[in-house]
This record gives sequence, C-alpha cells and structure tokens, in this order.
Amino acid sequence: METKSIMIVGVGGQGSLLASKLLGRLLVDEGYDVKVSEVHGMSQRGGSVVTYVRFGEQVYSPIVTTGEADLIVSFEKIEAARHLPCLKKDGVIVVNTQQIDPMPVITGAAEYPAGVLEEMVAAGAKVDAIDALSLAEEAGSSKAANIVLMARVAKYFDIPYEKWIAAIEKTVAPKFAELNKKAFALGYNA
Amino acid sequence: MKELYIGNAAVARGLYDAGCSVVSSYPGTPSTEITEEAAGYPEIYAEWAPNEKVAMETAFGASLGGKRSCCAMKHVGLNVAADPLFTMSYTGVNGGLVVCVADDPGMHSSQNEQDSRHHAIASKVPMLEPANSQECYDFAKAAFRLSEEYDTPVLLRLCTRIAHSQSIVEVGAREEVPQKPYVKDISKYVMMPGMAIRRHPLVEARTEKLREYAENCPFNRVEPGEDHSKGIITSGTCYQYVKEIFGSRYPVLKLGMVNPLPRDLIRNFAGSVDTLYVVEELDGIIETHVRTLGLPVIGKDLFTPLGEYSQETISKVFGRPEKEHFSIETAIPARPPMMCAGCPHRGMYYVLSRNKCTVIGDIGCYTLGAQAPLQAVDTTLCMGASVSGIHGFNKVMGRDGETKTVAVIGDSTFMHSGITGLVNIAYNQSNSTVIILDNSITGMTGHQQNPTTGYNIKGDPAGKIDLEALCRSIGIHRVRVVDPYDLQQCDKVLKEELAAEEPSVIISRRPCVLLKYVKAKRPLHVNPDTCRSCKKCMKFGCPAIAMHDGKAHVDPTLCVGCGVCEQVCPFGAFEEEA
Repeated sequence: METKSIMIVGVGGQGSLLASKLLGRLLVDEGYDVKVSEVHGMSQRGGSVVTYVRFGEQVYSPIVTTGEADLIVSFEKIEAARHLPCLKKDGVIVVNTQQIDPMPVITGAAEYPAGVLEEMVAAGAKVDAIDALSLAEEAGSSKAANIVLMARVAKYFDIPYEKWIAAIEKTVAPKFAELNKKAFALGYNA
Repeated sequence: MKELYIGNAAVARGLYDAGCSVVSSYPGTPSTEITEEAAGYPEIYAEWAPNEKVAMETAFGASLGGKRSCCAMKHVGLNVAADPLFTMSYTGVNGGLVVCVADDPGMHSSQNEQDSRHHAIASKVPMLEPANSQECYDFAKAAFRLSEEYDTPVLLRLCTRIAHSQSIVEVGAREEVPQKPYVKDISKYVMMPGMAIRRHPLVEARTEKLREYAENCPFNRVEPGEDHSKGIITSGTCYQYVKEIFGSRYPVLKLGMVNPLPRDLIRNFAGSVDTLYVVEELDGIIETHVRTLGLPVIGKDLFTPLGEYSQETISKVFGRPEKEHFSIETAIPARPPMMCAGCPHRGMYYVLSRNKCTVIGDIGCYTLGAQAPLQAVDTTLCMGASVSGIHGFNKVMGRDGETKTVAVIGDSTFMHSGITGLVNIAYNQSNSTVIILDNSITGMTGHQQNPTTGYNIKGDPAGKIDLEALCRSIGIHRVRVVDPYDLQQCDKVLKEELAAEEPSVIISRRPCVLLKYVKAKRPLHVNPDTCRSCKKCMKFGCPAIAMHDGKAHVDPTLCVGCGVCEQVCPFGAFEEEA
C-alpha cells in the first residue's frame, strides 16, 4: 500500500501528543510501519504545534508537506486553515470548532478570521467540523477533547471500534480510561 | 519486541543495552529525553549536571574509572563542552565514552543553527549519524565498541527530526560490561605539553585508521538504483527525504559515519553515476570533502544552508513540480509561543517595562519576554551571557546604564553559567543589578530538576544550592527576594536596587505554574460594568485575557487566578468569583 499521511495540529498544551501516541500505538498493533514526528520545547508554549503520523509498508520521511496529507485533524479552527495547504485534494480535514485567540489577536494587532471554515469549504476542501469541547465536557472533562476528535478520525479508518478502545486502554493512565472511553463513544456517535 | 521509540529514547535504550553505567547531561532541546529515558533504567546512574562541560568531564571521569559512560547535549551545549572534548580526543578513554549531540536545523528551540559536524572535524573525534530510531539504538550501541577499539570518545549526532520522531525499533538485551581496571598512565592522561605532544601524532594516526574503517564500515552503505544518471550522497534525516522522493530510482550512498569520511567509497560511487549530488542539511561538509577528492559535485550551490529540509524542499531543487493543494485568501494570524497564563516571569517583565529598563536577557522560557506585547528583553546570546554582558554594558554606559539596566537569568541558567559572571561583577566591581528569575525548575526544556531545586533527576531529595547564600558569599551584599505576583513590591525593590551604588541581586521567586504541586486558584472574571475598555490589560500579554465585544474577558480554562491582572487594571474590573 501507499504510505498514508496524517497531521494533528493545534495549540501547544491542547493534548495533541496523547492523540498521536494513541494513533501510533494503534497503527503499530495493526502491523504497519509507522513514523510519528512531534515538536517539543519552545513551540509548546502556547504556539502552533504540528504532529505528523505516517504509516504504510515502509515509511521514509517522518514529516508531511504540501499536498500530502490524507487526513488533517485540527484541535482549533484557524490552525486548520494554517495547515490547509498540506491537505491532499481528496483528503479530509476534521476540525474542532474551538477558537483560541493567538497573541496578535489578543494584542489587537490582528483579527481572528472567524469565517475560515466556510472559506475552506468554498475552496473545495472536505471539512468535517465537530464541537469536541462540548462533547468532552459531556463526557466529564474538557481535557478529553483530544479523544473525542480521535473518535471522529476513527470513522475514516477501516479499523474496528474495539481496537481503538484497546489502544486507548494501552495509552492513557488507568484512572482516566473510563472518561476517555466515554469521550470516544460520544465522538464516534456524534 | 518491536516498539515505537522517539530517537532520543532509542539512544537511551542503546546506551542501556551497551552496558553504559553513567550518563551525565544538562538538558537542552532536542536532546533532553536521552538522559531522562536513561534515568529510567536502574542499572544506569543518570544525573543532571549544572552544565555540559561539567557533564562531559563527569562522563570522562567515569570512563577513566573503567565504565562505559555518556553525556548528551544540544548543539550549543557542545560549545560549552568543547574544551574537554578537544583534549579528550588526545587522552582517549578507558571505558567507552559516547557524546550525544542534537542539532536543531530550523531552530525549533534554539538560538542558532550551527552544525556540530564542525566540532567532530576540529576535535578529530569520530561521529556517527543515525537516520531513524532503529539506527539511534544500533549506533549508540556500536559507538561504545568503536570508542574502546579506537581509544577515542565518539560523537553521536542527531537532529531535531531524528531526536523527536518515533519509528519502530527492535531492541535486544543489556550486555553487562565489566569495569576495566584503572591504571595510572601519566603519558596518556596528563595533557601537559611534554605528554600532549606525543599524543597528537596518535590522534592523527587514529583518524587515518578510522578513515580506512569508514571505507567498509557497517554505517556507510551504497543502495543501488535503476537510473545512474544521478547519484546522491546523503546522511541522517536527509536520507529519508531522498528515499521518500526517489525510492530506488537513483543510487544512494548513505553515510552513517560522518567523520572521518571515506575516500575510495566516495570515489567509486562517484564513478558509477553521471552527476553526483550531496544532500545534507546545514553546512556543506560532505560536499567539501568530495571536492577535496577532486570530484565534481552539486551541493550547496543548489541546496540552502538555511533551515530544516523536507521531501518538499529537496524535491523542488530537483525540479519536480509542487503537489496540488488548497489555498485560501484570508491571512491567518501567526501563533508564536508565549509565556503561559500565570507565568511568574510576566509580572517581573511588566515592572521592568514600566520602568523602561534595558534588559540583558538569557536563555530559557523567559526569553519569551521579548515577544509582543511586552517586548521587554533587549538581548539574548547564550547561556549566562546576561550576567557577564551587563557588566561590560555598564562599564561603558556608566551611571546612565547602571540605573536603568538589569540582567535577567533563570535559576537553572544561573547555575549553568551565571555564577562566574556574577563573580566578575563582584570582583571587577560594576554596579550591576542581576535578577534571578527563580521558578524552581528548568522550564523550557520540560521541567528538569537543577541544583537549586533540591531534587535530582529521579525526583529524590538531593543537595540544594542556597541562591541567597551563594550570591552573598561571592561578595554581593545586596540580595533581595521578591514575589513576581506582587507588582508593587517588585517595583519598589527594583527602584531601590537600580539606585543603589553597589551590585545587587534580586531573586524573583515563584514556582512555574505548570509544576504539578502548584495549585491553580479559581479563575478571575471581568465585571463588564467596571471595565472601561482601556485595554491596559492587553499590554500585559496574558493569553487568558482577550477583548470580547469591547470588554476584557478572561478565559476560565486558561486563567490560574494569579491575580496580577487585578493589579494592572486601574478600575478594579478583574474580580474573584463570588
């Protein structure tokens, strides 16, 4: 099979590392060659963060560049727009509708472009928007928004529900397993 | 068992399986996890040293004592440790010694883009460069054998993309390596001129032997290609990009040993292709070597020495079309990293801004004080440069400088290389004001303990350096401690110390809000009736505060209730929950 490319994008501190850990675990269990590339350090301090996940028979590059992503999952609205050029023409972009103002917006140097999702759709991109924060709160904690989003991502994979649940159990701390499984169910059925 | 490992964790596992007993390091992105992961193996004694020079000398001592040892650092850390490295090249080792160094092309988390291969060449120390996590593991193990066989420290070079990418690794089991006896050998280990002059020829001979080894070593390999019109020499992460683009179309010479470089292997490879390319990030080091062999080659004339490469950047140079993609017209505002909500540094920076101070800065989370809107930092150079720099600045600026200028340095950075600068201030008597931003942790690299925190790398109680006592013992008589959440106190003490006619240290003390033991208070909220939309709170740069419909608004998911905004607001609009 051809190597598949996924990007997980968001704002430092939103929990994208757990999402990539879950995905990496699952894909290794499925028998694929897998590469995951993360950013640590300074960019994590509230900056724009990107994680790449690639899988297939043999994966070379650990990163994803222009027009290569089969799927982008964005934890924040304008982060989706920022990384849109990486999406393949037939790719899907799953977007959490949460808005987090970047510093230039906070200081008034720029405005938050509220209509970007509509603009992305108008440009022809397949956008799958979801209010993951509300569903996470329904599950018991806003912190589980990452798992809600991964549940939505799961719909684009041919991997049975139980295998995702098994990967969650292997990835999250036992005391948070129930919360995250509930969040996954809510995201999956939303 | 096959598992996903980030490159750094794979290196640590390689160290472990190679029977490494001591790892001493100073944290530095992207190298930090090597030592953190090594600390997880009970058979390895791992520690955070105050700086890279101390770490490397500790590793040298352990090697001298007959055990396999290691130190890990980021590229700029190797500058700090260059002094021992260059002479360790002469002494060689007893137990194997591996120095891991992680470069940061693209400067994800660094102040420059230097290429560590220059250090390998200059110090005449062999250097290996893995291209994925499996090689991180394999090369770390092999590096010890090479170190002992050739009596040399060995450099293991990573870059951000290798250090922080996960790929599948098949690991083995730990090999217990018996301690070698320590035998006193003045001619080998005492590098005074009469001895060192006899070691230098051995270093040159060793390099030649290693060069012969490089011709056939398992780290370098030719991968055949179908089309010989082009041939590509590459290493590290660039190898992955080249394979991503071309697969097995063109022959590839993959170099895993980047110092010393082979000659015949390269000549033969060059002879088998029509046009030879070198694809390497940062400087044209392999290319320069190829040119010294008299071979025509395409390298940095087409490939930039700037930034991080990708399959896309390399593909463009080879003239391949850009991939189809979507684009929208709306400009997306940048999202630079920033100090967290409740960050204790912010309060002090706000006070410094209000006092229009010149701020000689340093390396750490607090470098982010240079970002808008505070823009409070004037310089950032390298670890410790604030304390040394302010002294020189004040020497030429005189009283004008002394009354307006401060140095800011974190607790960990002060331990790393701020102390000697403070000694210089005390000894050569400049009337300088140094602010130690003591957040009780090494913050930027992800919360590592340091000599001021009282805990070691495993979180167990350890020696604790008393900052106040240390500064006083150096000869600083004015040592003040303030709470950066108390703006009034900070302002008063700052004015007093800038006015004082002798050097002073202000310790701005408050633990990092991200530390687990720091409990957040209830978030504040804005009373819209009291808020007069003056936007003064916007100048303070707290990510939890934004203007919504003309009024300030606090994001309750980000606010930790630090209360600094209450002191900034002239109208008392920030309120605690009833």
